[in-house]
Amino acid sequence: MNTSQCFHCGNEIIKKEEILFDAKSFCCNGCKTVYEIFSQNDLSCYYDFQAAPGATLQDIKGKYDFLANESIVDKLLEFKENSTHIVSLYIPHIHCSSCIWILENLQKLQQGINTSQVNFPEKKVRITFNPELTSLKAIVEMLCSIGYEPYISLDNFDEGKKKIDRSLIYKTGVAFFCFGNIMLLSFPEYFEVNEFWIDQYKDFFRWLIFALSLPAFIYSASGYYIAAWKSIKQGMLNIEIPIALGIVVMFIRSTVDIIFNYGQGFFDSMCGLIFFMLLGKLFQQKTYDFLSFERDYKSYFPIAITKVLPNGKELAVQVYDIEKGDRLLIRNQELIPVDGILISGSASIDYSFVTGEAVPIDKKSGDKIFAGGKQLGKVIEMEVLFSVSQSYLTQLWSNDVFQKRVEQKHKSITDKISRYFTPALLLLAFVSFFYWVFIDVTTAFNVFTAILIVACPCALALTAPFTLGNVLRIMGNRKLYLKNAIVVEQLAKVDTVVFDKTGTITTHKKSAIVQEGIFTENDLELLKNALRGSNHPLSRRLYDYLPNTTKAIVSQFEEITGKGINAVVEGKTIKIGSAAFIGDTDENLLKQTNVYVSIDHQYKGKFIFDNQYRDGLEELFSKLSKKYEIKVLSGDNEGEKESLEQLLPKNTELVFNQKPEQKLAFIENLQQHGKNVLMIGDGLNDAGALAQSNVGISISENVNVFSPACDGILDATQFKKIDFFLGYSKNAMRTIYMSFGLSLLYNVVGLSFAVTGNLLPIVAAIIMPLSTITIVSFVTVMSNYFARK
Amino acid sequence: MFTQIRGMSVIYLLISISIIVAGLFLYAFLRAVKTGQYDDDYTPSVRMLFDDELVKGVTKSELSTSKKENIKTKIKTKII
Repeated sequence: MNTSQCFHCGNEIIKKEEILFDAKSFCCNGCKTVYEIFSQNDLSCYYDFQAAPGATLQDIKGKYDFLANESIVDKLLEFKENSTHIVSLYIPHIHCSSCIWILENLQKLQQGINTSQVNFPEKKVRITFNPELTSLKAIVEMLCSIGYEPYISLDNFDEGKKKIDRSLIYKTGVAFFCFGNIMLLSFPEYFEVNEFWIDQYKDFFRWLIFALSLPAFIYSASGYYIAAWKSIKQGMLNIEIPIALGIVVMFIRSTVDIIFNYGQGFFDSMCGLIFFMLLGKLFQQKTYDFLSFERDYKSYFPIAITKVLPNGKELAVQVYDIEKGDRLLIRNQELIPVDGILISGSASIDYSFVTGEAVPIDKKSGDKIFAGGKQLGKVIEMEVLFSVSQSYLTQLWSNDVFQKRVEQKHKSITDKISRYFTPALLLLAFVSFFYWVFIDVTTAFNVFTAILIVACPCALALTAPFTLGNVLRIMGNRKLYLKNAIVVEQLAKVDTVVFDKTGTITTHKKSAIVQEGIFTENDLELLKNALRGSNHPLSRRLYDYLPNTTKAIVSQFEEITGKGINAVVEGKTIKIGSAAFIGDTDENLLKQTNVYVSIDHQYKGKFIFDNQYRDGLEELFSKLSKKYEIKVLSGDNEGEKESLEQLLPKNTELVFNQKPEQKLAFIENLQQHGKNVLMIGDGLNDAGALAQSNVGISISENVNVFSPACDGILDATQFKKIDFFLGYSKNAMRTIYMSFGLSLLYNVVGLSFAVTGNLLPIVAAIIMPLSTITIVSFVTVMSNYFARK
Repeated sequence: MFTQIRGMSVIYLLISISIIVAGLFLYAFLRAVKTGQYDDDYTPSVRMLFDDELVKGVTKSELSTSKKENIKTKIKTKII
């Protein structure tokens, strides 16, 4: 097949459907239209910054009608005044410089928009518009028409205006200001000890330094005092205690030094220490703002739904306002938000979010339908049985098992080390104090404070933040987004890996279709034409699978829900559907999903829909099985057991027919047997298991949409690299241990000065930054080196 | 002696000035953070490269190929 790429979206073009316009080729009418809009408005620069930046269009008709409802719009707006409204929209498609360019020139496409500004890392666009000239609904629909569909969910709705916490940046800035100035003012005393003018102005310099150190001591370091106090109250010895102790002792000793004119004090080291440690924190604070890891059912639900009033009028209402007895209209691809009874039409509902079963379930009018399903096909009408908060899905979610966020009292590696470090340090300080106290009391105090100062575990405290921060960044570049640095530590401890089947080791996208029986080319042609009119997911898949043909006239077409299609094409009767429908008695032993075909009442053969496994699955499992216990959980039936057993290593445990609660219990059971479990799943049906496991990673075809609450999000294309990520997290921990060794070495050197009573401020001022720089460069080099392997 | 002491006291003045200047910079930094300039450190770097292209788009004048290439490489280096 001769393929080329679409000028707008970069998808491959099927030759027959190619659209030529303006000497450029497009894959569909949607892409062509967007190009037309841009070129008419002099915005064709869009294509200059990056080749094929666009997205293919989705059908959104009626989807955003709820934005006409003023109370909903009010909650979404950031700022509201008569002639100015401001709204921030989250647009997952934002991915390149062309996106920034077009979204910042929206005023050319729609009258009434004043300015628009993109925040690229957060994938948000902030639009200022005049409500007299345009409306939010018009803007959203315009955005959809150019392929930038915003994502609006109940989550945005509740959150209101989020406050950004910038205190860490402030603290670091203040600490740096103090550190720099104090360093500069300390130099004269380092080098020129006995000069006349130093003597003359020593006090001025010292008190100035003292004054400059106050903001760093009181404001910048405040987080450490609080953390230390908290851990003392809880009776734990974490790293914050020696740090806070070190800082306070340094400050008191230095103040005493300058009051009694003993020396210049350690203010420079103190501020440097605070600055470097805050810098480490800042480095670790890497968060993926555009990804949300704490999602619950709300993020799956639409924000509003169409209600049918008794007089037949349609009205968009907020999901929370739905009451028992209301009549709702559910369109194609819309999620059912509440439990209810199907009134009109026949529904085909995809419950894959809830159960993991990929094949939709057919419902007739009068049947009960549950929240969480997605309607495929025609518009249906339903009557509400329970409000949102009382529906099955919501109940399931607020169920204890699901709610129980395991209070993971995970001890970070730094805390574990400091459990030994802190007592050892205090012991050493007191022993030296009592040794010196019999010789000279002043020296005894000097030694005591010097030990606490020099041993202040700055390098130790920096190791983990820098390593893990760097690892987080490298993993993010390779499309595994972890929630925070602690997840890396937990990932390194994992010994059991549990996979979900549907959607995790299989793809949602295309299933392999196996053809059984003999079909002539003419047969396939008839078949394809018969399938064209059907909206059933299996028909769509089969339609895409069959080769392209010329169009033929379908003279009769009937789709019987739950059974199949009966069509007459070019005078031939074609039946496509279940075995019973065709009249074939072939027993379905393998429990696969089959579609049978007969032409002119003669059985022709069948199509077997196999789940498609992800690329590199076999290789990944055989690699993992050497080091980890592997288990596969599935919400599906046992139809695939045999093929999975052949594919996967012998010691893999396969468990089928698992409901969401059972998956959770399965993980819990493993943990009770002392396992550290990594759960890899995808849908809502895995949400409980992901929350329960030590590390829950959700696989996503598109990291920006739908993923349950988890510790990490992995781009589906990187599935085969899971073993790399696991190995890498282990190496990261190894790096941390090595650099702990290094920093302890520095401590030993510093302590040897301190114990003998010879710690000069200049020695402290050299050792402290030197150890910091060595540690930081060591861990950076090591973590990059391990990533390359 | 007199000149020496007068020469010395200039140190007070100079150091005070230097601290005040440093303080001004600190204030400027804190204000910049407060107004949100550090919230998004990526987009402005790309936006900067657009400005003059926008004007040309309005006047409908065609970009010469060399210029287009120029923008592309500029942006590519940015992204890398």
